[in-house]
Amino acid sequence: MRNKVSQQSAKERAKNFSEVALGFSQGEAEKEAARCLQCKEAPCVKGCPVKIDIPGFIKLIKEGKRKEALEKVKEKNNLPAVCGRVCPQEDQCELVCVLNKKKMPINIGALERYAADYELNQLSDRNRKPTTDNRQLKKVAVVGSGPAGLTCAADLAKMGYQVLLFESLHLAGGVLVYGIPEFRLPKKIVQNEIEYIKGLGVQIKTDTLIGNTFTIADLLQEGFKAIFIAVGAGLPQFLGVAGENLNRVYSANEFLTRINLMKAYKFQEFSTPVNLGDKVAVIGGGNVAVDCARVSLRMGKEVNLVYRRTENEMPARKEEIENAQDEGIIFKTLTQPVRVIGDEKGFVKGLECIRMELARGCDESGRRRPLPIKNSNFVLDVDTVIVAIGQNPNPLLPKVTPNLKTRDDGKITVDENLMTSISGVFAGGDIITGADTVISAMGTGKKAALEIDKYINSLTSNSSNF
Amino acid sequence: MSRIIHKEDLAKDIIRLEVETPQIAKKARAGQFVVIIIEEQGERIPLTLANWDKDKGVISLIFQKVGFTTRKLGALNIGDSIGHILGPLGHATDARNIGTVICIGGGVGVAEVYPVCRAFKEAGNRLIGIIGSRSKDLLILENEMRGVCDELFIATDDGSAGHKGFVTDVLEEYFKTIEQSTNTRYPDLVYAIGPLPMMRAVSEFTRRYDVKTTVSLNPIMVDATGMCGSCRCSVAGKTVFACVDGPEFDGHQADFGELEKRLELFKDQEKKIDEKFSA
Ligand SMILES: Cc1cc2nc3c(=O)[nH]c(=O)nc-3n(C[C@H](O)[C@H](O)[C@H](O)COP(=O)(O)OP(=O)(O)OC[C@H]3O[C@@H](n4cnc5c(N)ncnc54)[C@H](O)[C@@H]3O)c2cc1C
Ligand SMILES: Cc1cc2nc3c(=O)[nH]c(=O)nc-3n(C[C@H](O)[C@H](O)[C@H](O)COP(=O)(O)OP(=O)(O)OC[C@H]3O[C@@H](n4cnc5c(N)ncnc54)[C@H](O)[C@@H]3O)c2cc1C
Ligand code: SF4
Ligand code: FES
Repeated sequence: MRNKVSQQSAKERAKNFSEVALGFSQGEAEKEAARCLQCKEAPCVKGCPVKIDIPGFIKLIKEGKRKEALEKVKEKNNLPAVCGRVCPQEDQCELVCVLNKKKMPINIGALERYAADYELNQLSDRNRKPTTDNRQLKKVAVVGSGPAGLTCAADLAKMGYQVLLFESLHLAGGVLVYGIPEFRLPKKIVQNEIEYIKGLGVQIKTDTLIGNTFTIADLLQEGFKAIFIAVGAGLPQFLGVAGENLNRVYSANEFLTRINLMKAYKFQEFSTPVNLGDKVAVIGGGNVAVDCARVSLRMGKEVNLVYRRTENEMPARKEEIENAQDEGIIFKTLTQPVRVIGDEKGFVKGLECIRMELARGCDESGRRRPLPIKNSNFVLDVDTVIVAIGQNPNPLLPKVTPNLKTRDDGKITVDENLMTSISGVFAGGDIITGADTVISAMGTGKKAALEIDKYINSLTSNSSNF
Repeated sequence: MSRIIHKEDLAKDIIRLEVETPQIAKKARAGQFVVIIIEEQGERIPLTLANWDKDKGVISLIFQKVGFTTRKLGALNIGDSIGHILGPLGHATDARNIGTVICIGGGVGVAEVYPVCRAFKEAGNRLIGIIGSRSKDLLILENEMRGVCDELFIATDDGSAGHKGFVTDVLEEYFKTIEQSTNTRYPDLVYAIGPLPMMRAVSEFTRRYDVKTTVSLNPIMVDATGMCGSCRCSVAGKTVFACVDGPEFDGHQADFGELEKRLELFKDQEKKIDEKFSA
């Protein structure tokens, strides 16, 4: 039997922001690790975007060597405590695990988390000094401190580069701090991972908006040999329906930033407010929408999740959809908003929707196309609307950087080595892929570190020809 | 952390701080702003770059104590530090030589219009300034404005300085003289910054004369880097993000009514936390 991680009860957790999943005990972890067949060809490793030696670390857990297990994971993954919590393992390593044929894949995510959490209370262990001896003292700049930027910075530091990581917000972490809520990814854990990366010698400069505070040209001029751009997909999309600028209509990003980054759920102790009514409609069906819904619930609201297709097509992780249902979120599927209705003071007082049905044919996403049912309009009784229908690549930096080419959809154009249209400037993460996952952002961050190293080496070998 | 090296009361509840931020001072341009956070638990609030000195690496912020965060900021002293300052943000003023420009500032908005005036003057424009406040003791930067404007008019609600009335009264007066004169032309641009009702009144007035009018909108912001949409406003029927698309917009196209309502969104919470400060 696959061992599941125990959770806070749905009733309990609906009222607090503490982590939902409690993690394996040593007994549970070793029992789960013992199920692993230690496959020679290990399909799980191929399913992992950063190629962690999965059977390797699982074996160490089985043998009770938790610290060594973590070291094994860290050979490939600089943010294991984060990935163990938020990676969609069901679509990656666990999907291809041979035991998945019997629908009982190894719980790789929970084991990774178990290994990673070893360090949680052992800070002294991770503050090891950077390996300064073989320091080449070549400077590389990384822009954006989400998973892509952090990973690239860490790998470059391990290779002996002097890395400066620039972040516009006042805290590092990208979506990990401003987007994903505390109950799924405690901020203390993100902080710990960031401390580890600083321990590798990466210098983090927050409150620095590249494009404004420094331009890309400034950085090149200041002697950075290469630059990695990982500014993410943070531009909120709106529906484009009437009434969207009414009070108490929030983009998912604004809502989550107020709550997670600015800690509006502890208003008074923290001074950033959020104004919610009693009944919230969250629009969308991805991870972001489900997070917004579950946060609203924890703020004591009645929450409707409004999605235009059915539950089966929701892009959010299955586990999180189930969690949301258990917690009491009302699913309003096959429903599309057409207008936000306001009162005379400019506050939301309802959401007009139309019912949908799924057509036979599929759209470009391979899912059945939702079509409106004529004359099926109705008003959903809500006083707060959160729009979580997607984020686009951040346009700010490309806009002010001449020669930095983007595609029509705003993604920065890169070649197969992740180099942009400017020589020595690389890009990765959501800014090249569009909103994706933590691990895929980390994957491009790792690749970029390798490519940057190659590029810088080619510079030196070229110049030594003279 | 940025250290405060100078503090000065300009008027009742209006304070000027000089803060060490070399990189922002180096990049600052008229019309741009910064976001500050006093301490980890604090809120991010936008403040206009009122002045800067590249050589000394210092910027000036002038603000009015209107609520929790500005009161807290006002309670800091020389030697204290502001936790975080991000900037410069937003588009700089497009200050080309276009002829004659009227710059209008109301209340603490005078501090915000001053750098814009300088930029227009430096570009070679003829500059008319109109500044106003409720009363004489609330009027700021009169001397600085006099130094940069070719002509300066003052209006106070109670008549304790300059004309009795609003800045728009002075503007109307000015336009009337032009109407009656044979050799002066209407200005090429009117630029207004201050309380929302003032910017609206200026825009409505100049619309009648079809004189191009720029206003600097002041919606509530969070990140101020274009990632949240808190600052969204309607201009020419389209949604814009004031922090990255502005903060300057065409006054004849801006939806002031919507912005006025959006500024009310956190009133109850603002009151609650402000009471905490007073206590
Ligand atoms: C609410 C939410 C829940 C999610 N849940 C999951 C999940 O469960 N599992 C999963 O795998 N993925 C999830 N994702 C997606 C995942 O978080 C992203 O794909 C990932 O964070 C992208 O990483 P990144 O490094 O490319 O960018 P980001 O994490 O977006 O980081 C970019 C950083 O760059 C900074 N920046 C932007 N412009 C500049 C500039 N000009 N100068 C300096 N800094 C700048 C930004 O402030 C930001 O901190 C979720 C996303 C959201 C929003
Ligand atoms: C681009 C820009 C530049 C600005 N420049 C200056 C300046 O140079 N000097 C100055 O005194 N003020 C300036 N403001 C306004 C200033 O940001 C607000 O007065 C301040 O945020 C109020 O915070 P508070 O906590 O003290 O008061 P609160 O009690 O929070 O609010 C008091 C009033 O200020 C408004 N307000 C609240 N939060 C914000 C916010 N985050 N952004 C904008 N308005 C808000 C509210 O409508 C409210 O009525 C500027 C605003 C913008 C958008
Ligand atoms: S595929 Fe599954 S059983 Fe095989 S090594 Fe990987 S985790 Fe273990
Ligand atoms: S303040 Fe967040 S987008 Fe402008």
